[in-house]
Amino acid sequence: MNYHWNWGIFWEMSPEGTGTYFDMLLAGLWWTLATSALAWIIAFSVGSVVGVLRTLRSGWVVMACNAYVELFRNIPILVQLFLWYFVLPEVLPAEMGRWLKTMPNAAFWTGSIGIGLFMSARVAEQVKAGLQALPRGQWMAGTALGLTTAQTYRYILLPTAFRIILPPLTSEMLNTVKNSSVALTIGLMELTAQTRAMQEFSFQVFEAFTAATILYLIVNAVVTLAMRWVEKMAAVPGYTTGH
Amino acid sequence: MLGSLDFDVITRSLPYVLGEGLRFTLTLTALATVFGLTLGTILALMRLSGMKALSVPATLYVNLMRSLPLVLVIFWFYFLVPYIGQFVLRTERPVQVGAFASALITFSLFEAAYFSEIMRAGIQSVARGQAAAGSALGLTYRQLMQYVILPQAVRNMLPVMLTQTIVLFQDTSLVYVISLTDLLGAAATVANRDGRLVEMYVFAALIYFVISFGASLVVRRLQARMAIIR
Repeated sequence: MNYHWNWGIFWEMSPEGTGTYFDMLLAGLWWTLATSALAWIIAFSVGSVVGVLRTLRSGWVVMACNAYVELFRNIPILVQLFLWYFVLPEVLPAEMGRWLKTMPNAAFWTGSIGIGLFMSARVAEQVKAGLQALPRGQWMAGTALGLTTAQTYRYILLPTAFRIILPPLTSEMLNTVKNSSVALTIGLMELTAQTRAMQEFSFQVFEAFTAATILYLIVNAVVTLAMRWVEKMAAVPGYTTGH
Repeated sequence: MLGSLDFDVITRSLPYVLGEGLRFTLTLTALATVFGLTLGTILALMRLSGMKALSVPATLYVNLMRSLPLVLVIFWFYFLVPYIGQFVLRTERPVQVGAFASALITFSLFEAAYFSEIMRAGIQSVARGQAAAGSALGLTYRQLMQYVILPQAVRNMLPVMLTQTIVLFQDTSLVYVISLTDLLGAAATVANRDGRLVEMYVFAALIYFVISFGASLVVRRLQARMAIIR
């Protein structure tokens, strides 16, 4: 191999002039985390609502929510980001479009919302599956006790359903972090984008990508451990969800 | 604004976007599925074998791949493959493999990790008694896998496997980051050349949607039919 290794590169100043190459990667990591966090909040809240609505007994609500899920699941995330970033400002009224285009941190907001909505369809699938995994008797018991539909969901069905789907939700969370890298295509300087920039400035391809790989692995490990802790905290003694 | 849309640009660029772009996307999807499945099966068998020397590297590989964003892996291989080629072929300089080969290698290796997990779950879904019965009949490991376990495993996991292929089909759009002309790449080229972003991106989204949604309907029907058989 005639590749010149230079692991000291991380402590050299980057041509951006704002710090070392390592600082550059850390800045990228920060955007990755910020984008993932906002996207996950959107995915979780929208996905939970859509997932619950899909289990209701109202034909047109279920149909509308199914259409929502199919729409967001069957278009690649990259194409969805392009639709939000390039197409939306053009089809909106001129005034609003201009506001969208000149918004500060537009890539961050568009990326987070786009990835959030993409992931919300997956969360909705999980929430629906969790609710459907519960025995029908639970719903009936709620009705028999005189609870309204909202109360039945709030106090009986959802607490168990969310516990059942904690493991798949953890992997959706990890998917959100991974998908945040797609936002580099609309100009978000997240971790993968900064790694690319570092490689272009310094020509130290493999050092840069190794560092990014390690940082992603650390984020993965932290999220997994945190969620395992949440699972343990949320576990109901004597009630196993059977996974 | 909506009034100034020019849908003619789609008709004009149809041979390029579908003939080159979509064909590229479908070729990459098909080849990566075949290679990914083959490698995925090997990885799954390695993980399930009792030998630590086989199961540990396979586990590490699968977990590593599944922890990284595909975009990062695409870049990794884009730069790494020439050096691997140089190492394997013992040439003087890094081997130029071309963007398509690089993308194919990337997607095959990346999807293999996901396929192997599906394969592993499928193999584990076959009742243990089946393997015991096969061994009792004097089948070798190879015969046992080939005639008893894998046919049933493949049947159990077929819907999940096909769904993963749909995911792969959508994921191939990420070759955009290494400037390949897939469906999205072709649409983007025309969009930027003619200044018709709205028409071209909506058109690309529509094609992805129709193919993915259509395929997922087929998978759902298949799933329903197989549920009756079992």
